[in-house]
Amino acid sequence: MADPMRIRAQVSGDKATVRVLMSHEMETGLRKDSAGKLIPAWHIQDVTALHNGKVVMTAQWGPSVSKNPFLQFNVRGAKAGDKITITWKDNKGESRTDEATVS
Amino acid sequence: MMNRRDLLSHSAKLAALLATTGLLPGVAHAAYNAAAFDAKTMADLMKALGAGTPTESKDVSITAPDIAENGAVVPVGASTALAGVRKLAILVEKNPAVLSALFEVTDSVDANMGTRVKMGQSSNVYAVAIMADGRVLYAMKEVKVTLGGCGG
Repeated sequence: MADPMRIRAQVSGDKATVRVLMSHEMETGLRKDSAGKLIPAWHIQDVTALHNGKVVMTAQWGPSVSKNPFLQFNVRGAKAGDKITITWKDNKGESRTDEATVS
Repeated sequence: MMNRRDLLSHSAKLAALLATTGLLPGVAHAAYNAAAFDAKTMADLMKALGAGTPTESKDVSITAPDIAENGAVVPVGASTALAGVRKLAILVEKNPAVLSALFEVTDSVDANMGTRVKMGQSSNVYAVAIMADGRVLYAMKEVKVTLGGCGG
């Protein structure tokens, strides 16, 4: 199981800024190990963001997103106490879901 | 040398493969657009996404550094103030595959996405907005990389 995400959601005006740090290798599939063999690609493919259980944003990522990916977006109409849930899924079928409260 | 018959049978196998992978993951997800992430050029990418010809627009903005010291971590943001955005994409022209990230935007979020990407070498970086009315708008910025991000 991958490490938990660090999610921070802060109200600014009528929206909340959500910042997410995920913990993932994000291997491109183009690098070689010391024996000269290709390291297979291993990266997050799908990211879903929920605001109080409703999908507000989905993303598809390629292998060129950085290791331990960072993501920032603004949710309109989010208030303090609301729940922000982030789920990612990688190309090996692993996934992780974490939740944060808007402050 | 691949003849027509082989090509057709390969395509059929690939289609079947794609169909099964599309059925497996969660229902809420759109199937992962593998063709888009394989695209080598902007034109290929637009074909894979089923989008029209992109035009440069001042209404789309890209935030990226002029010089990235470390190509493994380049902060890039794509945003637009226009209403009716369906998708926002971040592209790096000289990466092995141009598309880095594709965001599907709903009306509940601002069309303003920030993330970090890897860049193998100095290149133009694009923010592309695909609008509900079919327009494809982009903004471009050149980022110089002093240390590549894809080496071992």
